[in-house]
Parts: sequence; C-alpha cells; structure tokens
Amino acid sequence: MGLLSSSVSIIRYHVEGKINDSVLDLVREGLNKNSFQEIEEESSDRAAGWTSFNNHFNPDFNGSSFIIDDVFVFSLRIDKKTLSSKIVRKFYYIEMTKHLEKSDRGYLTANEKKQIKEHVLNVLYLRVPATPNIYDIVWNFEKSVLWFFSNNKSANEELEILFQKSFKYRLIKIFPFFEANLLLGLKESERDNLSGLSPTIFTE
Amino acid sequence: MQDLSLSYHRYSFLGCEFLLWLWFCTSKPDSYKLFDNNNELLEIGNKIVLERNINNSLEKVTIKGEEAGLEEAMISLKKGSIVKELNLLYKREDKEWSFTLTGESLGFSNLKTPDIGFIESKKDVDGFVIEKLYLYNSIYSLIDDLYKKYILLRISENWKIITSDIKAWINS
Repeated sequence: MGLLSSSVSIIRYHVEGKINDSVLDLVREGLNKNSFQEIEEESSDRAAGWTSFNNHFNPDFNGSSFIIDDVFVFSLRIDKKTLSSKIVRKFYYIEMTKHLEKSDRGYLTANEKKQIKEHVLNVLYLRVPATPNIYDIVWNFEKSVLWFFSNNKSANEELEILFQKSFKYRLIKIFPFFEANLLLGLKESERDNLSGLSPTIFTE
Repeated sequence: MQDLSLSYHRYSFLGCEFLLWLWFCTSKPDSYKLFDNNNELLEIGNKIVLERNINNSLEKVTIKGEEAGLEEAMISLKKGSIVKELNLLYKREDKEWSFTLTGESLGFSNLKTPDIGFIESKKDVDGFVIEKLYLYNSIYSLIDDLYKKYILLRISENWKIITSDIKAWINS
C-alpha cells in the first residue's frame, strides 16, 4: 500500500540512537548494500530489499534521489513465490507413486518422503514467478521517526530486520506506554505517576 | 528504561482506555471539549471493535457500517469489554480525515486524507508526496495532542471524576 494511495495503514517506529556520521552517506550506503536483488536461485521462494519510491523495479539511490523535502522516502520490496498446498499435494502424490513403483519394498522411509517433498517444492518453485509487494517508508531522521505504510505483520518484521542490518540502528514499534513515557515530553514526576498506573475498572 | 516487552504488556490497557475516553468525549461534546476552538470536530465513524476475556478465551465484537449499532457496543462495554479499534472522523475547517485507530499501537488503518487531486506528470510526484505527508502529519499531531491530554488526565486526581462519568455513561 503506497503512501499516495487513497487509503493507507501506517505503523510508526522510533529509530533508536543518534546518528553522528554523515547521515546521507550512511543511508545511501545502507540502501545500496541491501537494495533489492531479483531472486537468483530459481528454487528460492522469496527475496527482500530496498527499492526506490519512484521506481520500484529498478532501484537507484544515487545523489539525493531518496530525499523529498526533509525526509528519506524509499520502499521495501518483498517478492514471494506462493504455492497452493493442493498443488504441492498433487505433485507429491505423483512423485511418491513413481518412487513406490520403482521400489521393491512397497513403502517409503521417512527420509525418502522428505527428499521427495523437497524435490517437488524445488521443481514447483522453479516454475512459479514471484509476486512483488511494495511497502513505502518515510524516515524523518531529525525526529528519529519512521512511518511504514503497512500493518502486515511479516512485512513489519522484515522491515525491522533489514533496517538494523542496513543502518545498524534498531527500530522500536511505538506503543502507547512507550509514547507516553518517552515521546510526549512529560516531566519526571509525571512519568513516575505514569509508571504506577493500573487498568481502570468501568463495570462496577 | 523498563524492558520494552514488559512495559508493552503491563501497560497495554493505556491505548484501549484512550480509545474509550475518546469515544466518551465525542458523545458528550458539551461537557468534554477535546478542542479549544470551534474549527475542529472529532466524531465516531463506522467501525468499533471490542474485546473481552471470558474464561481465558477472547470474545471479539465488531460493529461495522454507517450508523454503527452503538447500543450493541454499549452492551459489550457493560459486560467488561475493552475498545481495541475505533473508527473516527476528524473535521477541520473544510477538510475531513477518516481513520481507524488501534489501541495496541495507536497505529492507523484505512486512513483517508482530504483529496489532493491527481498526479498528471512525474514532475508532480514530489509535490504530492509533500502534501500527503503534511496531511498524515496533521492526523498524527492530532492524536499525539489528544493522547497527551488523556495521559495528563489519567495521572491526575480528576481521573476519578472521569471514571465515574464514564461508568454512568456506560450504564445510561
């Protein structure tokens, strides 16, 4: 879901730590190092990496191409091959039958079944094209805030891992207590009171 | 700083109580003003999600559609449900935003901003992005300001009065 879509979902992150080095170089280097690469091993089922906001299928992070106004704007691309379990079951059955016919035993060992399953998956993944998914990102470096335009759980997890790998800074998903405790500018005494809170009972 | 995972679970009620407080305030606009001016208005939209724990299993109630059946939601509240998601409409002057706010993360889903027209050429993209970011920022500023208002109230002595008013509202 793109940031220019008519309806969006946004998850907000806090970028932990202060970046002291040249920010632009650090971000460009991180984006280039982990830019999206098409699936090379044909039998792989997924690939993930950074891509350009303006050109999802041909990432280019040269110059200041990933800066709009005073924020970094780029995208996470996750390509995934999906196989229906019914298709896997069908080809697994065909392969099993072939192996059984060749075998004198009339049964297959657990190890043989495992190998057949792996073989079937490899062959099927070779035939299936990967579906690209694009998730836009806005990183306000000054405010240490990042917006991720999706609430898809696995895409958020991929973002957190790839971000730390690329830029060495941890993303913390902002949740209500974290925001109240650290981002609202409360006084020390107010934060102490906050820590002592427990749920209100409204049903008595 | 407390362990993040620990504080996430221990204080998970804050977001849900905030949504309940917002719902309560929007239903009592004369007594509980959310804004200091008359140019802004917050209303309940077309979706409310409530949840309650019954014998270690979760019961989820989703109320959807225009004129969402608030009676059903109030019955669920009376039984002890918490508000997990709340769809809201925010109006400022001639602009309108609609969005669903989640109690767990104060994240947005189905966020629709005021219309900004159509991109006609590639040269327009940056300008459109800047305008969209401004509109998203406006809604984050709104929620952050209201959340701070709620938190300050929540840690004050006045919360007892609010609690009693919310109880009366639920049972009315």
